[in-house]
Amino acid sequence: MMKFQGVDYYNIESLLSEEEILARSTIREFVDDNVIPIIEKHNRAGTYPMDLVPKMAELGLFGSTLPAKYGCAEMNNVAYGLVMQELERGDSGVRSFASVQSALVMYPIYTFGSEQQKDYWLPKLASGDKIGCFGLTEPDYGSNPAGMITHANEKGNCYVLNGAKMWITNGTLADVAVVWAKLNGVIHGFLVEKGRKGFSAPEMTGKHSLRASVTSELIFQDCEIPKENILPKTEGLKSPLMCLNQARYGIAWGAVGSAMACYDTALNYAKSRIQFGKPIASFQMIQEKLVYMVTEITKAQLLCLQIGRLKDRGKLKYQQVSMAKRNNVHHALEIARMAREILGANGILDEYPVMRHMANLESVKTYEGTHEMHTLIVGEDITGIPAYV
Amino acid sequence: MKIVVCINHVPDTETKVKVGTDGKTIDKAGVNYMLNPYDEFAIEAALQLKEKFGGETLVMSLGGDAHKETLRKALAMGIEKAILLKDDSIRDSYSIAKALAEEIRTLSADCILFGKQSIDYYNEEIPGLVAEFLGLPSVSVVVRININNGKVICEREIEGGHEVVETKIPLVMAAQKGLNEPRYPSLKGIMAAKTKPIEERQAATASSYVEVLTMHKPPPKQPGKIIGTDVNAVPELIRLLREEAKVL
Repeated sequence: MMKFQGVDYYNIESLLSEEEILARSTIREFVDDNVIPIIEKHNRAGTYPMDLVPKMAELGLFGSTLPAKYGCAEMNNVAYGLVMQELERGDSGVRSFASVQSALVMYPIYTFGSEQQKDYWLPKLASGDKIGCFGLTEPDYGSNPAGMITHANEKGNCYVLNGAKMWITNGTLADVAVVWAKLNGVIHGFLVEKGRKGFSAPEMTGKHSLRASVTSELIFQDCEIPKENILPKTEGLKSPLMCLNQARYGIAWGAVGSAMACYDTALNYAKSRIQFGKPIASFQMIQEKLVYMVTEITKAQLLCLQIGRLKDRGKLKYQQVSMAKRNNVHHALEIARMAREILGANGILDEYPVMRHMANLESVKTYEGTHEMHTLIVGEDITGIPAYV
Repeated sequence: MKIVVCINHVPDTETKVKVGTDGKTIDKAGVNYMLNPYDEFAIEAALQLKEKFGGETLVMSLGGDAHKETLRKALAMGIEKAILLKDDSIRDSYSIAKALAEEIRTLSADCILFGKQSIDYYNEEIPGLVAEFLGLPSVSVVVRININNGKVICEREIEGGHEVVETKIPLVMAAQKGLNEPRYPSLKGIMAAKTKPIEERQAATASSYVEVLTMHKPPPKQPGKIIGTDVNAVPELIRLLREEAKVL
């Protein structure tokens, strides 16, 4: 099989530093060698390739922007984004694993945790010895997390958690869950270790999407955790939303990876598939689709690069992340659908990656803020009028 | 143990190479470059030797500024220092080997490692030439290295089998695929490489004795011919294989 050469119609590589390029090339090669050959098997079986975890940790893919003293690479946000892009070129589930561990577990512990929590958890999460998950969404509270039912009550030296979370990536695998719950009516973050009495994390089954990823419920029934397990600097909905903003940033880049995989597959297929005595790439309707794909990928790449540079300068607004996540995932999904059309019947087979990416992107379009919610976030930002209710 | 690895910056194996307008060099426009794949085995061997015996590792390349990208990758994999022997001119293998040898002579290295060949010109000459210039033993196509008290046992690939040879340090070894599984540069390694030095030195001048006169691509592959689709086609197929293709 041909090595993936990337998609770079606007020579965006010339805007990257030497280490950003090397990080991208390394993860690209890692994905070619370790993800592509096994991913369809896991997608069929509905399992996460756990063999990848130590390899991903060895490469430094967990918490790669956090400080070196916790065993992290301390890379900039553009390099992190490129890593997410390459992982998702393999599979959204693999990127999700790294996203959750980095942006939704290590980031909140780093940002809102006590020194003891940081010193204890961050090195173990960076080395992949421990896996984390993030529990915000509930069965009845998705886009409106402020209404969450899960709550904590004080009882002596403990908090007692009650409630349920749903759609939690890595929930069943996790050694520690960052759980958001109301304490006296205010949302706080809590660390709940696997095995705590009253805490269970059954896997959700029957997914048509993100099959190579574990999705779970988290159930708390009078689950007692020591008081030191609260993330002390969390207060209100803003704290989990800050985490989601980190994750959305990675998703905006990841979607480019999925789109590249689909475009690359469709382009190669169109050039080699012969109908009416010539390659289908010679037909205008096919070319129109391919041009749409490469144009949208190029635009998405530029959005990502600019939000990355802004983030590295501390100038990124969360609404700008919403725009990139909204745009890039939407177009990645359109690209996956077009790629499937170009591949015709072959497009539905798992001999090609496009239908897997398409199914994955249906989840990606909805998680970490639905497409619609991101529309309203940007809408509010430009008009000054919130339109959520 | 002091280990020197000589590496090369070569066109990516996926690159479709075009001959340049001068007819004797490749057109570099749009060509991606990479660390010569065989050199990755040499780098990994150096890192493993260092992990086992301690000491220091150094990577060296001769060429223009573009070679820094490849040196940086070696540093990201874990090599400690890099030397770029700056030279933009066109040299033959003899001249490159001479300049490398002049530099290596000053380093008192115990092991000098190469990939068994560069995948650009395929001359497979440089490791042997460097060993010769330095008066050192040389083992090529190495798939296993065992060093004990200065005694070196190497396994080499030969036609249809393996050969075990014995020599001693200092020596030159040229790595073959199968020697090891090269590590990926980790993100931490990539960040660490930013602060590792790439020392630039002028490459020693040396004569070249071989000049490239022209380069040309092999003739394009002829389209296939379908003689027939059943057993009746066999006699004609055999006739064509005999008379046209001349392979029978």
